[in-house]
Amino acid sequence: MIERIRENQFSQLILAHLKETIREPGVLFWGIIFPILMSLGLGIAFTQKSDSIRKVAIIDDSTRVQLPVGKKLLISDFLKNNQAKNVIDPHYKNCRQITIRDDKLGNLSVLFLTMAWEEAMVKLKQGELNLVLMEKNGQLEYHFDPLNPDAQLTYLKLSKFISRPGTQVSENTDMIVPMTLKGTRYIDFLIPGLMAMGVMMSSMWGISYNIIDKRSKKLLRRMVATPMKKTAFLSALITVRTGMNFIESVLLFIFAALVFHISIQGSIPALFLIFIAGNIAFAGLAVFISSHTRNTEVGNGLINVVVMPMMILSGIFFSYHNFPDWSITVIKNMPLTMLADGIRSIFTEGAGLTQIAIPAMILSGGGIILFIAGLKMFRWH
Amino acid sequence: MNKQAITEVIDVWKSFKTVQAVRGISMRIQPGEFLALLGPNGAGKTTLVEMIEGIQKPDKGEIYIEGKSWNGNEKELQNIIGISLQETHFIDKLTVAETLMLFASFFRLDRGRVNEIIEMTGLEEKRKSYVVNLSGGQRQRLALGIALLNKPKLLLLDEPTTGLDPNARREVWEILRKLKKDTGTSLILTTHYMEEAEQLCDYVMIIDHGQVLREGSLHQLLRDGNDDMMIEFTLNSPFPEGLDHSLDFNIQWDDNSRKAIAFVKNIETDLLRLLSFLREHDLQPGNLIWRKKTLDDLFTTLTGRHLND
Ligand SMILES: Nc1ncnc2c1ncn2[C@@H]1O[C@H](COP(=O)(O)OP(=O)(O)OP(=O)(O)O)[C@@H](O)[C@H]1O
Ligand SMILES: [Mg+2]
Repeated sequence: MIERIRENQFSQLILAHLKETIREPGVLFWGIIFPILMSLGLGIAFTQKSDSIRKVAIIDDSTRVQLPVGKKLLISDFLKNNQAKNVIDPHYKNCRQITIRDDKLGNLSVLFLTMAWEEAMVKLKQGELNLVLMEKNGQLEYHFDPLNPDAQLTYLKLSKFISRPGTQVSENTDMIVPMTLKGTRYIDFLIPGLMAMGVMMSSMWGISYNIIDKRSKKLLRRMVATPMKKTAFLSALITVRTGMNFIESVLLFIFAALVFHISIQGSIPALFLIFIAGNIAFAGLAVFISSHTRNTEVGNGLINVVVMPMMILSGIFFSYHNFPDWSITVIKNMPLTMLADGIRSIFTEGAGLTQIAIPAMILSGGGIILFIAGLKMFRWH
Repeated sequence: MNKQAITEVIDVWKSFKTVQAVRGISMRIQPGEFLALLGPNGAGKTTLVEMIEGIQKPDKGEIYIEGKSWNGNEKELQNIIGISLQETHFIDKLTVAETLMLFASFFRLDRGRVNEIIEMTGLEEKRKSYVVNLSGGQRQRLALGIALLNKPKLLLLDEPTTGLDPNARREVWEILRKLKKDTGTSLILTTHYMEEAEQLCDYVMIIDHGQVLREGSLHQLLRDGNDDMMIEFTLNSPFPEGLDHSLDFNIQWDDNSRKAIAFVKNIETDLLRLLSFLREHDLQPGNLIWRKKTLDDLFTTLTGRHLND
């Protein structure tokens, strides 16, 4: 019995597609390792608060100014009060550092560099300095570009302490509640997008390229000259792809769950449904665009034309809500957007079957229509 | 007695945009018969064969396999023919055995048949090699093996030995000869190699520009007009036209090779007559040879070209 199933043409086609796919060394990398690396890279870059260093120049002309009696130099007072460390820096003679501890927003180290006004201006323009401090008549002047958020931030943090003589930098005791709630971080946005993109990329390249390549090698022509069922050929190809996409997505999820503690808040059956619908959509699209050409270069072009706009517009890496209003309606109706938004709503908003039903229907319906249309004009020779 | 032909092709025509690839070809093949389609590049061999295979549709004319036309009998006919296309690449990263198993499944055949084919085509050592790593000859044997999987009643091989070295070619011939001895398979084979047609086939059709120039059994073709010996020699100056009217055989002059060719019936008498004729006209023959006429000679006289050009 088992032997009979193995000798069945559908099983054999599945085996053949599977073997030819996994025996290509690139598959493992592009399908599994690459998305994981991407999530790791982007996830770390955009989620973790690291200690930041800001450079501030102190203009050294205070010696020439006559101090009113009883007034202290604000800056040197500040530095002394806080036991600024002397730091050896090859580029600056006089360099002192103060660290403002902050558990919630990340520690801020400020390097105070003493230099002349002209030098400070040059460095400020080059972006090497965030802020220039100058003391005139016992008044502190802050020079910085108000449009630069980094400079603003440095100003706000520093001014809090320096302007009040005698204050010491202290831990941040404000009531700040960091948004580390699951589902609101960048990584929570990214992982569903990467899963959707994985489905699109691997279906489009895997299915379309496979078909066009076999057509150009005249293997399709050879195969349909046997009693092979044409639909068995295509459905085996699609089945293998869907299975591989499933494994790739699960691995990506496991990775993200372990490293970033990402979790699925909505319904698993809904997730399954939208995933299958997305696979149907992209399989249909893949069969459709590869139905005619026998030139692999033309095929490359076609696939890129379809894939590229969606990669950019569909909100995989960054939300599409910054695009002009008129384009958002279009973007929302692209299959990749539907799939990514669908998966995302299950992951982060706790969506269930009811919220997913309509996009899932549109995706699978569109996929089936494209598949049938593709099959109608399919060139086997 | 009129046995049913395994294949019958009746006045088949096929054009593409700018070329008429096949212009009214008919043929009839009996069970067990091996037929060669011999012709230069672009003669229309592949087009004709692919029409018989049901891959292309003729513009005009009829094709029957075991009395059935392709229309409506596709699956049935596909089950009784075995084909090897002029160029097919199989799946690079499947092994020989896996490739055969895949095609076997299309015919609902089992692993046992795959093993038979591997043995028959001498691919035992290569059964676990990826197709991409096979040599040209091994690849052709694999293609032949796939064609033979379903024990076809009609085998169609499009240039099965093109590009192979003489040894690899002989290996393919050996498989086909054995097939001829052991089974009742009919074969349609296209080739540029007259030696291949001579070695394997009972019946030869020489085609060019989509038409049959000459056909018959090898014996018939080579004894065409009873001129079955050929004499060839060089001359310093072109052979004057019409000079040979006093002889009862023709002398043809080929300006390219600067050779004169004569086909004769009886070499002992005709050679002597030719030599004295040349002496009478003060012509000095060089490099004179004589040999049995071959299909290539026949082809050259029919088309003014060599087969492999
Ligand atoms: N699909 C096609 N579209 C246009 N022209 C074609 C097509 N197939 C064949 N031809 C033309 O038809 C003619 C016959 O081609 P065919 O391939 O049948 O020749 P052949 O005898 O098999 O040649 P070869 O020995 O080179 O394989 C050629 O002039 C070829 O260019
Ligand atoms: Mg050909």
